[in-house]
Amino acid sequence: MTATPEQLTIAAKSLWLDKKEFQSFLNVLREGGYQIIGPRIEQGAIVYGPVDRVEDFPLGWTDEQAPGLYRLKKRDDDALFGYAVGPHSWKRFLFPPQLDMMRSKKVGAGWDMEPVPVETVKYAFLGVRACELSAIEVQDRVFLNSTFPDEYYQQRRRDSLIIAVNCTMAAATCFCTSMDSGPRCRTGYDLALTELIDGYVVEVGSVQGATLIERLALPTVAAVQEERAEVARRQAVEQIQRVLDREHVQSTLKQRLNHVHWDDVAARCLSCANCTMVCPTCFCSSVEDVTMLVDQEVVRQRRWDSCFNFDFSHVSGGPVRDQTRSRYRQWLTHKLTTWVDQFGTSGCVGCGRCITWCPVGIDLTKESVILCSEAGLDKPQDSPL
Amino acid sequence: MTECRPKLAVMKFASCDGCQLTLLDMEDELLTIARAVQISHFAEASSSLAPGPYDLTLVEGSITTREDRQRLTQLREDSKYLVTIGACATSGGVQALRNFGSHDEFMRGVYARPDYIETLATSTPIAAHVKVDFELRGCPVDKHQLLEVIASLLAGHRPKTSTESVCQACKRRGNVCVVVAQDMPCLGPVTQAGCGAICPAYDRGCYGCFGPTRQPNPKSLSDHLLRQRLGEVECAMLLHGINAYAPEFATEGQRLWELAGVPKPLHASLHSDEEGAQE
Amino acid sequence: MNSPSSSTNRACHPWVAQVAVVTEVRQEIESVATYRLRLRDAEIARQYRFQPGQFNMLYVPGCGESAISHSGPSENDGHDLWHTVRFVGRVTDSIAKLNVGDHLGVRGPFGTAWPLEACKQRDVVVMSGGLGLAPLRPMLYALMAKRSEFGRVVLLHGARTPETILYPEELSQWQAQGIEVELTVDRADGEWAGNVGVVPLLLDRLPDLRPAQTEVVTCGPEIMMHFSAISALKRGIPETSIWLSMERNMQCAAGLCGHCQWGPLFVCKDGPVFRYDRIRTLLKVRDL
Repeated sequence: MTATPEQLTIAAKSLWLDKKEFQSFLNVLREGGYQIIGPRIEQGAIVYGPVDRVEDFPLGWTDEQAPGLYRLKKRDDDALFGYAVGPHSWKRFLFPPQLDMMRSKKVGAGWDMEPVPVETVKYAFLGVRACELSAIEVQDRVFLNSTFPDEYYQQRRRDSLIIAVNCTMAAATCFCTSMDSGPRCRTGYDLALTELIDGYVVEVGSVQGATLIERLALPTVAAVQEERAEVARRQAVEQIQRVLDREHVQSTLKQRLNHVHWDDVAARCLSCANCTMVCPTCFCSSVEDVTMLVDQEVVRQRRWDSCFNFDFSHVSGGPVRDQTRSRYRQWLTHKLTTWVDQFGTSGCVGCGRCITWCPVGIDLTKESVILCSEAGLDKPQDSPL
Repeated sequence: MTECRPKLAVMKFASCDGCQLTLLDMEDELLTIARAVQISHFAEASSSLAPGPYDLTLVEGSITTREDRQRLTQLREDSKYLVTIGACATSGGVQALRNFGSHDEFMRGVYARPDYIETLATSTPIAAHVKVDFELRGCPVDKHQLLEVIASLLAGHRPKTSTESVCQACKRRGNVCVVVAQDMPCLGPVTQAGCGAICPAYDRGCYGCFGPTRQPNPKSLSDHLLRQRLGEVECAMLLHGINAYAPEFATEGQRLWELAGVPKPLHASLHSDEEGAQE
Repeated sequence: MNSPSSSTNRACHPWVAQVAVVTEVRQEIESVATYRLRLRDAEIARQYRFQPGQFNMLYVPGCGESAISHSGPSENDGHDLWHTVRFVGRVTDSIAKLNVGDHLGVRGPFGTAWPLEACKQRDVVVMSGGLGLAPLRPMLYALMAKRSEFGRVVLLHGARTPETILYPEELSQWQAQGIEVELTVDRADGEWAGNVGVVPLLLDRLPDLRPAQTEVVTCGPEIMMHFSAISALKRGIPETSIWLSMERNMQCAAGLCGHCQWGPLFVCKDGPVFRYDRIRTLLKVRDL
């Protein structure tokens, strides 16, 4: 989207939101008719859920992540956004894990069939990271740039407000710099915050964002604060250690479909689908009937599904991908290569969730290096995609 | 009119009755079921017990005595459609732990007069003895899946239950992974969904009530748990629980018992029929 | 190129099935029947259009959906849709229980079509195996409807046994309308005097083939289509003149659910009909 001249003027001036004013900021969002979804602590992790008050936030908490490992740790300050990313992603709200799509009612000996109306929800997503902005943009391409746009997604997406937060730290599993998706928020937000110890530098990305923030009559940010924000953001870049050679993998992995290392990964992979559930771009689903016994009504419900599911590729002769090896291969090659053919962008945004939340810690950045190597090629002439 | 309704029987073998209770617990749906079928034989619900044939027989429990084995053969003949309900009927249940131990020793340890007891040395699933039309997993079975099976059969559709892992249901529910965030042993990644991931929702690892998924990888999971410093015995006990005798759990559990230096040879074949019920 | 599905008129919400009434059930061979359906909503029925090669999602409430190709004439609108169904799965077994007057749901049409335009003024070899003749029947009807616009038309069809040859009573009508028909079976009985062997063999031996003038369209088991394509290539037919209709797990049929992915392709919207050169490398990869 190109910004209107008005937007550009707005965007040119960053504002300063004092830490003490944060509750007022939340109030403004609420008064705007939004249900605020933001970070909160549940079950030992920072997840996304309804937030109304500053106390709902993970005040002074951070996350430590490694392959197959996630721990909450206390910070030595009171940051609200002093963590990387958790197990949830915003797709939970834009593309809900289960959703009723259609209802059939028995009428006499026959049936009536009707769509389940799109429910209107107005979300304000608070704390969207740069990699997550990218992920939303990826799902926009899947659900909206289609012959049959998904109107359930469309409605939620259109009515939601995105308040991004620039990362000032990174987890050991982050690699957005490799995927060109962060850590700096560039587009796709209504407002973007950079958190400092005493307040927030607020960038305005849309008219909608401007209209909301206007009500707080915030001062323009001082040069010194702008500089401190830049230092804080640079800290995140410096902390990122993990690398994925995006272009190399994109062009090479397709040539490695018979690499022996797929077997090695398959020996470890649980085919449990956790990576696809936590992935902010994975979009696979199934629609299934929910029976109401003889109550003469059947609802068709869409649920998140996964290419790791044994039945996922089922045809009349049985599943096409009938082993973990082929299912992992499908997931990784789709995510890193064929996604580009389908949607013009990589399916990976470098958030690292699939690495952290794999129960046995399989790390795609490591596996793809081995899979792209010449060593272990079954035949010199592998079948390319 | 009554005669037109299909006849339903609910039968019990070696089990705790929990799966039958799931049926009784379906307060809202039970009346509808009762309208749609004729409940011919359901000892847990009514003392009026009609003889076969039955259109649909739900079988709870495993085969642990010679009499039960005979009764099952007759029941199969009397039933047009036979569905096993629960872990006992589907994989032998928790009582199948005796398949990995000495029957005599157990008898002597538990009973003051073991000579009064007459049982088979093993606890085996229904499918080890007769043809089963559909297996419903769980300890106990899930109400919605049970409903789906009954409704499908009444409507003339082949029933279907998901083969996805517990993890998939767990993540849809929004749970945080207890393995990753809390270092808890959990069988979710190798267990078939159906329960709605109840345990992880309450900060407990999955006990594997619904048995192994299709093509599970319990070895990778236990290797990981061992690396997380879970002991071999604890890890073995995790797999040798409610669905110990399900082939994939049985094999991996045995590998772990062996690693722990406590080999547990199997006293029954995992796959075949008659040896599976040796005395 | 073949026309995209968007050019066809779709009156319905992509996720919501339209109620259709079964108007006729014709038993074809064992475990296969053709259902004629009428969309209940007359206006939607009037607007419904499809092209040969496209499919509908048929829905049995309480059971689920299955992707089934059109097997009837493409001049028909939604008042008379034909679907030839083999009863091989959960949903199709439930379809088998439907009678005239019963309802089911229909979503569609979806997918790419056979390349009728590319076939104009050219010879057409139609190669089918088993039930693969069903999705090709609308193509044959279309060729016959404007017979003079096409060159030589040959149908090479294979079945397991003589009894499992689909639409046997129509074959002679087709011959009468200028289609050469060659049949083969895997296993013959005493009565069978025809060919025994696989379908690609029929192409290997087809006399007077004009490779540069010919389009090959094929539908059947994947292995059969693969070898049909190889046979066509051996006969000198270019890759860009060979067309296959692929089977994958189609669920949403709109490229949104992911089930039917095949390498970079979504079989539901990029296919089911593909030109051989676009999928040649994919066909060679096992369990892709």
